[in-house]
Amino acid sequence: MITVLYFARLKEALGTSSEAIELPTEISTLNAVRALLQARGGAWAHELQAGRAIRAAVNQDIAAADTPVKDGDEVAFFPPVTGG
Amino acid sequence: MTVRVQTGDFDVSREINALRQHNPRIGAIASFVGVVRDVNDGDAVSEMTLEHYPGMTEKAIEDIIAQARGRWEVFDALVIHRVGTLKPLDQIVLVVVTSGHRGDAFAACEFIMDYLKTRAPFWKKEQTGSGERWVDARATDDIAAERWRLKG
Repeated sequence: MITVLYFARLKEALGTSSEAIELPTEISTLNAVRALLQARGGAWAHELQAGRAIRAAVNQDIAAADTPVKDGDEVAFFPPVTGG
Repeated sequence: MTVRVQTGDFDVSREINALRQHNPRIGAIASFVGVVRDVNDGDAVSEMTLEHYPGMTEKAIEDIIAQARGRWEVFDALVIHRVGTLKPLDQIVLVVVTSGHRGDAFAACEFIMDYLKTRAPFWKKEQTGSGERWVDARATDDIAAERWRLKG
């Protein structure tokens, strides 16, 4: 299982802030997790599609498309940050 | 170094005094305070709510401070960032850096703030006359952070 978190605009658009996902064996990168979620269709397909400004973190570090994801990891998707 | 994420306000003078206490090596203290404006992108803002990613926020800011310490003489650094609901005139963020000399203190303070704007997971939602809206990230913030990239 991995934990997936959503923040800010993304959390509202997807209607959830957190979920646990059973990781299929062929999924081993952040981009593959994103594609898995996109395949749900609807808001998931729209919000996570390529070209949308989405940032991500794996285990609370900023991550890139090819960042490895393994069982037990905490993955987060969110819009570009606007603090300060 | 100290990183605090909190809903309550902070007292700049008290925080600076605590940071410099009993340290006669300090010759310079640079500080930055970010406050809530009553206008953004041409619309009046009556209130804003700040959300963050607990855990990652502290980790990201600690990493930014560590990078600053690797580049300038920084004796100590403090970052306080507020979350929750804030109104115009409210303080949002405080960065304080102590150093031997002003050049290092100014540079490290500005670097921490520029990196925080583009790397620390906070998100602002504004209340305007026409409803609420998430604030979009600004390209100028990316450019400001990019200036500090080490060449070569």
